Amino acid sequence: MNEPLLSVRNLKKHFVGSRSLLGTAQGHVRAVDGLTFDVARGETLALVGESGCGKSTAGRLVLRLIEPTSGSVRFEGENLEGMSASALRAFRAKAQLIFQDPYASLNPRMTVGDTLAEPLLLHTDLSPADRTSRVAELLQTVGLKVEHGQRYPHEFSGGQRQRIAIARALAPAPKLIVCDEPVSALDVSIRAQVLNLLQDLQQKFGLAYIFISHDLSVVRHIADRIAVMYLGRIVETASAVDLFAGPRHPYSQALLSAIPIAQPGAVRDRRLLPGDPPSPINPPPGCHLSPRCPHVRDVCRTLQPPLDADASHHATACHHWRDIASSGTVRASADAPSPELIRLFARFGAPTA
Amino acid sequence: MAAVADTAKSIEAAAGDESPMARAWLRLKRRKSAMFGLGVVILLILVAVFAPLISPFDPAQQAYAFVRKAPSWRNWLGTDESGRDILSRVIWGARASLLAGVVSVAIALGLGVPIGILAGYSGGWTDAIISRITDALLAIPFLILAIALAAFLGPSLTNAMIAIGVTATPIFIRLTRGQVLVVKTEDYVEAARAVGNNPLRIAFRHILPNIMPALLVQASLTIAAAIIAEASLSFLGLGQQPPAPSWGSMLNTAQRFLNNAPWMAIWPGVAIFSTVLSFNLLGDGLRDALDPKER
Repeated sequence: MNEPLLSVRNLKKHFVGSRSLLGTAQGHVRAVDGLTFDVARGETLALVGESGCGKSTAGRLVLRLIEPTSGSVRFEGENLEGMSASALRAFRAKAQLIFQDPYASLNPRMTVGDTLAEPLLLHTDLSPADRTSRVAELLQTVGLKVEHGQRYPHEFSGGQRQRIAIARALAPAPKLIVCDEPVSALDVSIRAQVLNLLQDLQQKFGLAYIFISHDLSVVRHIADRIAVMYLGRIVETASAVDLFAGPRHPYSQALLSAIPIAQPGAVRDRRLLPGDPPSPINPPPGCHLSPRCPHVRDVCRTLQPPLDADASHHATACHHWRDIASSGTVRASADAPSPELIRLFARFGAPTA
Repeated sequence: MAAVADTAKSIEAAAGDESPMARAWLRLKRRKSAMFGLGVVILLILVAVFAPLISPFDPAQQAYAFVRKAPSWRNWLGTDESGRDILSRVIWGARASLLAGVVSVAIALGLGVPIGILAGYSGGWTDAIISRITDALLAIPFLILAIALAAFLGPSLTNAMIAIGVTATPIFIRLTRGQVLVVKTEDYVEAARAVGNNPLRIAFRHILPNIMPALLVQASLTIAAAIIAEASLSFLGLGQQPPAPSWGSMLNTAQRFLNNAPWMAIWPGVAIFSTVLSFNLLGDGLRDALDPKER
């Protein structure tokens, strides 16, 4: 069982940005620019980063819903490249996808039951009666009622629809589910329910997740390991505990320093990066962060830093992460917190918060 | 919290288990003009189906004692130049017109939808070639192309229907292609791919049902256009052949007697007008009722 479930090597996807009059490609959008990571069985790997960093593209590349420009994806040791169309459809039973927007991801003209029965029809030899009972089972697994199967998607709330989408992903008994921002479109009150459902299902069925998100609080809750992406590359990867305790890459530090602290009177050292992310059409040479990095040196502008892993598999793509103080320092605020706030926290705060 | 959940449940229960089509029907029922159109269309279909039972005379039966008689108790709508009963001919003419409308649109749908799906779904060169040919065909005026095709195929009602159907095909190719382009970027189509559907199943199980509303609206409007086209072809002698009755050929004969027997022109004209109007009203109503924003 040492072999990872999924292993991605130097995966790239360059979209054609514009074409000349004759149809030759002119600009390339480097949406994903050399990703390398593994996902073990039953593990949750979170891909985090701001919008446009290529995390959703990465998720779809892994499932081969879009064709990579180069690089390899191996699932259970099998290279997805060069798979025939029918072998690829068989692979789809083992790796599924949950979308961000539950209002768009369900076919409005199919009943929920038909939506859930479809993967069974495609990937199993179940009789129609067995399919019906399996659909009922799936609905109950995700906390819906059996009679919901006869309804159409428009009759459900966002949270319920996301449960339906989860049930559809579970139907072919997959080993890996790519969750593309599965709770971002949901009310905060529903988020925890859906996240807990995902965790329960993981334990029950031994699922591995690739959890794509920009929401660090969600990621902290669910992920075993985290890969921070910036402009199509992974800049840092570590276990969730390690990353939140001490981010090493300047970008991760800036990202994590944006999380508010639930402790009156305490503030983080905010590490602000100047400017906006550069365009992925013409990314800067060397380290992609170099134009914005406070610790930039000459080498950063010319040479792309490799992912440098230490003994704990905490890897950082920075030329001199060892010289940069790991951040995460929390200090007392200059302004004293109001007594009301302190009382509120004393009453409602979790004891170990 | 529990109370909120209960309210949500009761609202849900009230909504019932309605399919999108059932909800569209409820919206259509609220539109008076659409229901009027639908009523007339149903009436016409009944008239066409039961023509042998309800027409007072054989539409081809000539009676030289009753040539070009004004409407009377014997011939409610008058008679034509051979003494044939105009009411009977209008009733039987409904058959030719409705048949031409429905069959030619069926031909156009049968050809246009698969080609449009192919173009929209596969993209690339296939799409480029199909789209350019479609554009070229759409550049030719509808009736001119239909006349040319019908003349080429030879005058008969069947050939007129084929000509109209083929002429209307580019409309459906373009509509289908455009709709497929919109729908295929929807998440649920990607989800269908992620679940492991093959392209054919995605096209017909996931995309086609979602573009049906647009096709339905266009079909009902095109039936109206096809009925006019059939009448025009028959008027020119390229459609229904005499002595079989058709509204278009009746109009053609009538123009020679406009001054002394205007009823020969009025009744087939009224029939064409009300049929086309009804299909258009129905089509407009469908367009509103099937508005994708209300899905």
